[in-house]
Amino acid sequence: MDTYFFLVQLLNGVQYGLLLFLIASGLTLIFGVMGILNLAHGSMYMIGAYLAYYFTALTDSFAIAVIISSLIALVIGLLIERFLISHLYKRDHLDQVLLTVGLIFIFNAVQSFVWGNDPLGVEVPSALSGSIQLTELLEYSDYRLFISLICICVAVAMYYIINRTKLGMLIRAGESDRAMVENLGVDISKLFTIVFAIGVVLAALAGIISAPIVSLVPGMGEHVLISCFVVVVIGGLGSIKGAFVAALLVGIVDTFASVLIPEISSMSIYLLMSLILLIKPQGLFKS
Amino acid sequence: MNNKNKSCLTTIPVFIATFLIAFSTSVLAENKPEPIKVGVMLPFSGVYAGLGDSIRNGLKLALQEKGYKASGRLIQLVEVDTEAKPARASELTLGLVDNDKSDFVIGPVHSGVAMGMINTIRNKDSIMIIPNAGANAATGAFCQPNVFRTSFSSWQTAYPMGKEAANMGYKKIVTLSWNYGFGKESLAAFEESFVAAGGEVVKKILVPFPKTEFQPYLTQIASIKPDAVFVFFAGGGAVKFVKDYDTMGLKGKIPLLGSGFLTEGTTAAQGKAAEGLLTTLHYADTIDSSKNKKFRADYKAKFNKSADLFAVQGYDAGQLIIQAVEAVKGNIEDKAALIYQMELLEIDSPRGKFRFSKAHNPIQSIYLRKVVNGLNTVVKESVTNLEDPARGCKL
Repeated sequence: MDTYFFLVQLLNGVQYGLLLFLIASGLTLIFGVMGILNLAHGSMYMIGAYLAYYFTALTDSFAIAVIISSLIALVIGLLIERFLISHLYKRDHLDQVLLTVGLIFIFNAVQSFVWGNDPLGVEVPSALSGSIQLTELLEYSDYRLFISLICICVAVAMYYIINRTKLGMLIRAGESDRAMVENLGVDISKLFTIVFAIGVVLAALAGIISAPIVSLVPGMGEHVLISCFVVVVIGGLGSIKGAFVAALLVGIVDTFASVLIPEISSMSIYLLMSLILLIKPQGLFKS
Repeated sequence: MNNKNKSCLTTIPVFIATFLIAFSTSVLAENKPEPIKVGVMLPFSGVYAGLGDSIRNGLKLALQEKGYKASGRLIQLVEVDTEAKPARASELTLGLVDNDKSDFVIGPVHSGVAMGMINTIRNKDSIMIIPNAGANAATGAFCQPNVFRTSFSSWQTAYPMGKEAANMGYKKIVTLSWNYGFGKESLAAFEESFVAAGGEVVKKILVPFPKTEFQPYLTQIASIKPDAVFVFFAGGGAVKFVKDYDTMGLKGKIPLLGSGFLTEGTTAAQGKAAEGLLTTLHYADTIDSSKNKKFRADYKAKFNKSADLFAVQGYDAGQLIIQAVEAVKGNIEDKAALIYQMELLEIDSPRGKFRFSKAHNPIQSIYLRKVVNGLNTVVKESVTNLEDPARGCKL
């Protein structure tokens, strides 16, 4: 592999990693603040993608579809937290797992019922359908770069919100000592509702913006969920910074393993995870 | 007078008796033939659910054309969702065969499930009809007297493309597929005929299933610069691959060839990225026969979507059952006679007429197809009546 192709592969890895971060960030945020293990996180990614498909077809505009779909995801997130999750804060993780696994089945059934089982696709919006010539043969589509840009924007926004705003302060406080925050007179249940909804919107947003470059198939959420968990575990449960570093690491390792050690590439990210856990059992950044 | 009365007295009981006998035999005639039970083992949830739907639709269309009857016997379906999980194949098959007493079992989609089913059904009386799963071994090393296939072997769908690729003047080709049975068999069959025709496979790439992050591999292909690329992908993976090939700028620079599954039931989702792709398969949307046209029109009218290959295979499984039952005049309890008659049948499929090989796989023509406006159109018949070599089968 010459230098040029090395750089293109690095770009592939970073781009994949950024998308992984967008999906995983919501998962780790919800866990970090609320201690809730949301296994239905992948389903939100799937629902986001299918909503984007539906509204793009309906309105003929991907931009409008992004806005409507995100709003619907927000509402779904609020409803799930208020009516289901909020009853489980005092219960143990197993009950949360049961509920969120149940949600996976429900969302899969809804997807199958509403949109059917054939693979679906969304066309890349025309404003971003151009591409940049990388080599004599290879191009990089504007839309993929756009996705990376969105992911970076989300990462920066999250960094800002968590470290520089009052909401962020509460989130950090909630992570380290929930009881104390409550005793100081903060309405913790409201904070939880907001955090859960943000987490759901992040997953849905990842599904929405990747709809034009993936195929929409039943079960697409579960595949994503596994990679997400690897990212969250490597990064340290609940750490947004950790998720960012881990996502890039996973993206790059997976990309290079695919071409350099194809025989064991499917194991590569799990090997990475084991290795990191051996050295740092709590993950890279424990929040 | 006396005589008249007497005759009256005798005729009435005779009349009643005749009536009773007539009535009872008519009841018997209604009851005598037990319904034929057909177990249907397909994925109705999960990644392959779309294929399961199509096959079931095709099957129902075939049965409905005959009013769900063959030789006066009613045909009943018992449906089971395999979820395309090989681990459950044996248990589900036993349920259909032993508990539901299925005479026929139609299924599955997934080759892993097929192997589990064959293992379970081989010593049973039920007849298995495979409406998709293409593993060569199903009508090869593992072939069984009571297992028939209305679909294809992997070998059949990829072998003709090797010769076509050589004819197009390509010398160096990269092959790529998911790292699982169907993919590997397809690549091997392509390589077999391509190398025999003087070509060279410069790199074979196997992607872990069901991964769809194709960018690293496409970058690798660009650095190798082959004359063409041959791939096997199906369903959602095929959609993603064809789109990625286009957005990475390789389409139009390095020709993309495929086993027909690359563009089967997926072109709507692939959009313009699929236009112009060349593939080989045992069916094409535009086959110019009255049978195919009628099938596609009926299917569209009944299910409000276009028929695809999987629907054809399900339809033929239905046709096979009806023709088989009629060939033995409804007496399907004699399995040896039933199997013998099935081996002799000619199925008038939308893909064209076909018969079964000794290993019970269709001897069928393979078409070279090109995607035009989202339809897999016939370029030409690539091979007429291609028979799978059935390696390892002793039937």
